[in-house]
Amino acid sequence: MTRILSLGWDRTLLELKMYFREKESVFFSFLFPIMLLALFSTIFGPQFDSPEMTAAGVDAGRFFLPGMVSAGVLLTSFQTMALSVASERDDGTLKRLRSTPMPPVAYFLGKVGLVASTSLAQLALLLAIARFAYGVALPTTAAAWLTLAWVFALGVLGGTTLGIAYSSLGTARSIGAVVIGPLLVLQFISGVYLAFSDIPTWLQQIAAVFPLKWIAQGMRSVFLPDGFAAAEMAGAWEPGRTALVLAAWAVVGLVLCVRTFRWFKRGTT
Amino acid sequence: MDTPSTDRFSPAVPDTELTEPMTSAVQVRSLTKVYGPTRAVDGLDLDIETGEVFALLGPNGAGKTTTVEILEGFRTRDSGQVAVLGSDPADASSAWRDRIGIVLQSSGGLDLLTPREILHATARLYRRPRTVEEVLAAVGLEAKADSRIAGLSGGQRRRLDVALGIVGRPELLFLDEPTTGFDPQARRDFWTLIDSLSDEGTTIVLTTHYLDEAEHLADRVAVIIGGRIVALDTPAALGGRNSQEALVSWEEAGTRHTEKTAAPTAMVTTLHARLGGEIPGLTVTRPSLEDTYLGLVATHTAPEQLS
Repeated sequence: MTRILSLGWDRTLLELKMYFREKESVFFSFLFPIMLLALFSTIFGPQFDSPEMTAAGVDAGRFFLPGMVSAGVLLTSFQTMALSVASERDDGTLKRLRSTPMPPVAYFLGKVGLVASTSLAQLALLLAIARFAYGVALPTTAAAWLTLAWVFALGVLGGTTLGIAYSSLGTARSIGAVVIGPLLVLQFISGVYLAFSDIPTWLQQIAAVFPLKWIAQGMRSVFLPDGFAAAEMAGAWEPGRTALVLAAWAVVGLVLCVRTFRWFKRGTT
Repeated sequence: MDTPSTDRFSPAVPDTELTEPMTSAVQVRSLTKVYGPTRAVDGLDLDIETGEVFALLGPNGAGKTTTVEILEGFRTRDSGQVAVLGSDPADASSAWRDRIGIVLQSSGGLDLLTPREILHATARLYRRPRTVEEVLAAVGLEAKADSRIAGLSGGQRRRLDVALGIVGRPELLFLDEPTTGFDPQARRDFWTLIDSLSDEGTTIVLTTHYLDEAEHLADRVAVIIGGRIVALDTPAALGGRNSQEALVSWEEAGTRHTEKTAAPTAMVTTLHARLGGEIPGLTVTRPSLEDTYLGLVATHTAPEQLS
């Protein structure tokens, strides 16, 4: 057990080294939401000058922060896992690891370690920039921070397991398109880049099947005033249902991961 | 053509032998692997002794890689019995993997790391690894130890693959076409490395397309064609090389004469007497391993092409 944890830690350090040496992944998964937050706050700033918004204490930075935190969860967990595992399967990394006495669990611990550290660092950076660069008021109650913690944890867990499972759908060459296209659509219909209330009901219902809508809703409940709950589909924050849906997706992800994970390229066994 | 492998094994070796204590590093009986209509491995038998360097030769698609990957625990088999270091590779445990080193045909995904980083991490997976310094020195990568792997040349990449295969101090090392892309000096250095691993008692199973490599390194050579072993012997004796007729060639009255003979010594003596001294341009050659190999390939693939 100690050995597995220690090897998992080794893998985590190796994964982090590779992650931060790959400039594209740092930009498109780690810095992207931070950049979008800055961009949206600047572009849409004037639209939030209305008396109601000012009265509620919501400016562009505060309005878009929950969405960017949710996008960050999705990118650092799901997108990073799907892309990296698919290319590791194709380029023989997984086969090479399989040829060693490494316990398979250590590989997954390394992935979990990578996602946990990058997504936490990203969250901290997002909150710091929102607070200090855009003057966004962060939650003051312990309950709100607790909600942030569990929505974040469940979101990252589900994203990681689903991402690893999803990696089997593509080869190193195709996986970029297979991942990024659907994710972009999902982000739009889940209310990450737009106000969720502006999205037609039938699209909202489609989005509600997937975890991202629930992550974003959970994050809105953390960062936006309670009055905004009225704009949700159910007219409330629905923390119980959010927890259920996210936990269910995490379980589905874990099962898919265990049942579909392959160390070798298709057609080589 | 003689097939010593089949001769030796055909008197039905009892199945119980596989459960007895073994001296063989690798034991294979009636191994079969079918892909659709193709019998990639077709009833193959093989014994590799502990401590020997064993080379598998064969044309592309003959079943070499399939066979080796079954031995490595990477592929499933359809039938037959396999024991590698006393265990069935199909249920490879990590204790078993600890005793085995594998140099794959190609391994990518390391571009962003340095040789030292990946060797260090890999060494930690084994119970009694070699030190990273020792391995870097053995493959001659000290100067590149802290450079990004992306910047290594093809030959240096291959040497890193070998380093990753031996860092766990394996008892049994699989090398799949290890010197492809090496320059002649790098190949010689690699041979020295394999010789020293062999001197330490490592069993080595090698696939290669270079017959000089097999001849230099291997204690025994097997030729696989059509999923079966068609010849198995020492490189010097493969396919009856040592007993085949020799070619004696010399110059006489301005022209080159070449004659095939089973008794080259007698022939040279006669020539010596007739020409009264030094024989001009004398050569005595036996078929090279390459000649023998190509002969085997032609013999064993011809009927298939006719049908």
